[in-house]
Formats: sequence, structure tokens, C-alpha cells
Amino acid sequence: MTAPLHEPTAEAAPSAAEEAALVGGDAKAVQGRSLGRIAWERLKRDKLALAGGIVVLFLILVAVLAPVITSLVGQDPEAHHEDLIDPLFGTPVGSFGGISGEHWLGVEPVNGRDIFARIVYGARISLLVGFLSAIVAVVLGTVLGVLAGFFGGWVDTVISRVMDGLLAFPQLLFIIALVSVMPSEMLGLTGTGVRLFVMILVIGFFGWPYIGRVVRGQTLSLREREYVEAARSLGAGRFYILFKELLPNLVAPIIVYTTMMIPTNILTEAALSFLGVGVKPPTPSWGQMLSSAIDYYDSDPMYMVIPGVAIFITVLAFNLFGDGVRDALDPKGSR
Amino acid sequence: MLAYLIRRLFAAVVMLVVIVVVVFSIFFLIPKWAGVDVALSFVGKQADPAAVEGVRQKLGLGEPIYAQVWEFFKGIFVGRTYSGGGDVTECAAPCFGYSFRSEQAIWPVLTDRFPVTLGLALGAAVLWLLFGLAAGVLSALKRGSLWDRGAMIVALAGVSLPIYFTGLLSLAIFSYGLGWINGEYVPLEDGLSGWLDGMILPWITLAFLYAAMYARITRATMLEILGEDYIRTARAKGLREPVVIRKHAMRSTMTPILTMLGMDLGALIGGAILTETTFSLPGLGQAVLNAIKNQDLPIILGVTLITSLAVLIANLVVDVLYAVIDPRVRLS
Repeated sequence: MTAPLHEPTAEAAPSAAEEAALVGGDAKAVQGRSLGRIAWERLKRDKLALAGGIVVLFLILVAVLAPVITSLVGQDPEAHHEDLIDPLFGTPVGSFGGISGEHWLGVEPVNGRDIFARIVYGARISLLVGFLSAIVAVVLGTVLGVLAGFFGGWVDTVISRVMDGLLAFPQLLFIIALVSVMPSEMLGLTGTGVRLFVMILVIGFFGWPYIGRVVRGQTLSLREREYVEAARSLGAGRFYILFKELLPNLVAPIIVYTTMMIPTNILTEAALSFLGVGVKPPTPSWGQMLSSAIDYYDSDPMYMVIPGVAIFITVLAFNLFGDGVRDALDPKGSR
Repeated sequence: MLAYLIRRLFAAVVMLVVIVVVVFSIFFLIPKWAGVDVALSFVGKQADPAAVEGVRQKLGLGEPIYAQVWEFFKGIFVGRTYSGGGDVTECAAPCFGYSFRSEQAIWPVLTDRFPVTLGLALGAAVLWLLFGLAAGVLSALKRGSLWDRGAMIVALAGVSLPIYFTGLLSLAIFSYGLGWINGEYVPLEDGLSGWLDGMILPWITLAFLYAAMYARITRATMLEILGEDYIRTARAKGLREPVVIRKHAMRSTMTPILTMLGMDLGALIGGAILTETTFSLPGLGQAVLNAIKNQDLPIILGVTLITSLAVLIANLVVDVLYAVIDPRVRLS
């Protein structure tokens, strides 16, 4: 963790590196390293962050390959297996919620749907909403944040007030209200499609002020730097400065906030489905599974533990990775 | 200071009006745009056209939105009379609306449920501040130690666990499994021990999540502040380390923590929806969730307003506290 980074040498090195490049020898000479390179090397040494990243990759694979995985195992997330249910109590037959060679994680009470298949498919919903709503938030936050910071004046005032207002809003309440009031059919989508679309938009919409504030602050300080002034005095236009001088320097904070936002969004989706306003059965979602598990917390505790652990592992992996990315991209970081 | 307070109060009132307008828009304009009749959602599912028309008249749903917002605010101060379709419903001041779904005025619903939520939020806040701050400060002071790493791993796990999962788990273990706790909500008027028994699990579960968040933020802030020049100055002039920590580092660490506390507490007082659902606590959060499921708009409107009010007041209190805690902040 405390291994030296040789940053001073790297900074003092450009002429040496150029020389080396001219001579043709590259490996031995001290090289100047880009920020991205430094960040990547720091990230590589952060074991926890790497572990988180690997789990995230694994989860993405599971989500993408969900139909393949379930058909390989021979299970369907929406098929009922009432024969595995105790007719008296409605709970699965057998120990640990009906875990068997066939049903790896047991079956759901009452209808006997395979939990493993539902967990695998549930990853799709979680990751889809997590990523896409983060993208909505990032696009909105970056555009509006840059506009506010770059143009200043009344543009800045209006955007900043809106951001303050949104941050002071009782968010979960408004997300629930908005999601529940949306029509069940729109833009040619129906059922789960609409619900996902609305959830992504609404979660993303309430997330943008967090990124917007950071981007605005960064833009404000970058705008006054000498290199921007130099570009301006050379006759560069507004859009050139915006895209060539400012945006590249905003990439690091945007990446950090995006990685930190994804787990929050996943939790929000799970919460909405838990509260019954998100994805509805039979479409599998982890939050909705937990909510049905409330009634069985005493008679079939495994039913509650499995989706809970799935959410926990996913969010933890994203958080570990996000923390690692933040530390790696932090120019002040000593690691 | 007084001018500042007046300005802030004015901003808070403006914000409240904005929120009410937004809520009205959500529930009145979106259905309209989607081609759904709003009046339908105020009456039962098996509504006949006459009843729908009556409700439309009673609630003034045919009026433009600004007129409806005005009627709503007027009702809070002078009460409101809903008439139309032959019958008349009185709603005394402060009238936060009337639910025709459940045939009750909103204000009593709010006053009934507010103490439950307030008790939950305040009790949990005491716990999480105590543990979160202590863990965060200790971790920052012993950076890299075994304690630091252990605490931060627990904290990271804490922020990754959904509250409805830890809540159910704690119920399964302590209430069903070990039988230590009854876990049923009992109002405070019916006895302290019953109330404590019902609140202890919700408090701990809620506090665990927030303590984890606060520990992480406290540690990061404290580490940043310990690197500031004025801390070096304080040390250089010979202050003992405990004094440096207590008088100089802690004070500035508290400012971002206070901001968070204001927002979190405000949001929770307005309804800890997830916690209340998990533990079946009859608070504002549960009321608003039921109302949303039943499309009972007046209740949603009332709770949203109370929530927003709580958030705004909490933020205001926090801003004033800033000046007390951090000598660098001057309110003007």
C-alpha cells in the first residue's frame, strides 16, 4: 500500500523520456506516465478493488448470459413447481427452502419457482437499472454542470438553484410517486418494459445534481487556468475550449462519481421493487423477492437470505471497486 | 444574523410552494398527459359516472392547477368545504386535504403517525452519531491500523446492505429465533418497556446503515483536515495532541457531518418508508406507501408536504448551527 510511486522522477523526466524515445530505447529509461496509466497502476495494487472489479465483471457476464445459464441448468425463472410445495404451509418441501441437486438455491414458497434461475435473471434488472440510470444522471449532470460552470451568470444561477432544490427534495418519496403514477403503456412499451424505462429515467433524474455539482465546481476552477486562457488568447472558440480543454480534465471526477452512483442506483431499484412499485412478478427482481419473503421470514428464512445476499454481494463489489477507482484517480492520494 | 434567518425562511417558504406545485403536477398533469381521468383515482374502483363527476366538482379538479394549489394553501389556514354532487364535506383548519378514498381528513392522519416516525428517526440518529463518529474519528487517528481496516470493512459492508434485508434478518434472529424481542410496535402511551421493545430493532437496523455512512465520511474528512496548515500551526505552537484534535480538527470535521445529518434526519422524519415497511411501524412512511398503492392522492400530498417541511427545517437548523460550531463560518 505504501510503495513509492516515483512521481517526482516521472515529472522531472520528460526530457529524458524524449531522449530515450529518440534513441530508440524505451524500457530502461524513466518514462513520463499519463494520469490514466498512474491510476491503473495504483488500481492494480489495490487487492480489494480488484476483487470488487472481478465480481462486477462476473455479475455482468451472469446478467448477459442469463438465458444460457438457466437453460444449461435446465430451469426456467417463471416455471411453477407446485409439487415441491407443502400443501399445508405453502413452504418448500425439504430443508433450507427446498435446496436440491436440481434446484440449487431452492424454490419459492407457494408456486415453487426456481430461486437460482430467478436470482440469475434478477441480476439483469439490477444491473440494467443501475448502469442506465447512472448514464442518464451522468449525461444530464455533465451537460448542465459544464453549462453552469462555463457560462456563469443567470445560467449558473438557475441551474444551481435547481440542483439545490432537487437535493433538498424527499427523493425516495418522489421516485415512488413518479414511478407509481406513470402510465402502464407508453412509447410502444408495456408492462415490465415501461416500469424499467420509468425507473431508469426517474432514478437518473434524481441523481444528476450530485454529478452536476462536482462538474460545475471543477469547470469553475478549470476555466480560470492559464492553459485555458492561453487557448482563448490564441483565438480558440467556446466550443473548442469546452470540448478540447475542459472536458478531458473532467473525465476523472465523472468516472469516480459514476462508479459510486451505480451501487446506489441498484439499491434504489431493489427498494422500489421491494416496496411494490418497481418490477412486478413474475418478472424476477431481487428487491421484489425480498418483499415476498417478508411473509416467510420465520417459516422459510432461506427465501429471504438468498436475494438479500445477492444484493449485498453486488453492491459491495461495486462499492469496493468504486472506492479503489476513487483512490486511484485522486491526485492527492498517497497510495 | 436576523436578516440571514429571514432570508432563509423566505427561501424555505418558496421551496415549499414549489414542492406543492410539483406534487400537484405529478399527480394531476402526468395522468392527464397519459389520458387517465384524475377524478377516477379519487373514487373507488367500481365508480359510476355520477360519483366521478361529483368528486370532480367537489375537489375542483376542473379548475386550472394554480387555482387548485391556491385552494390547498387556503385550506391549511381557514379550513375547507368540499361541496358538489349533492353532499357537503367539512374539513376544519388546518385542512391538509380530505381523502375521499378512506373518508377522513388528512391532518389527523398526519398527527397520529408523526410521533412514531419522529421517535424512530431521533432514536436512530442518537445511536448512529455516537457510533459512526466514534468509529470514524478513531479510524482517522489510527490510520492503517488493524482497527482502522476492520472498522472500514464493517462500514463498507454496512453501506452495502439494504435496510429491509438487515431488518428482516434481525427480526428472524432476535424475534423469531431467539425470542428476545417481541418486535411489535406499541405506542409510547401504553408503556415505555413495550415501546422500547418495539423500537429497538428498527433503531439498531437504521442506525447501522447510517453509522456506516457517517464513519466513512468522518474518517475521510478528518484525514483531510489533519493535513491542513492550521493543524500544523496548532501543533507547532505547542498544543497538546488531544487539544489539537478536539478543538481544531473535530470542529471542522463536524461541518460536513452536520450537513448530512440535516438532510438525513429531515428525510427520515418525513417518513422512513423502508424501515417502517419492514417492521410494520405505523408511521408517516407506511401511510404514504399505502396511499401511493391505493392512489390516495390527498394523503400523498399531505405527507409530502410534511416531509418537505421537515427537510427544510432540518437544513435551516443545520445552517445556523454551522456558525456556532465552525468559527470560520459567518452567516450574513
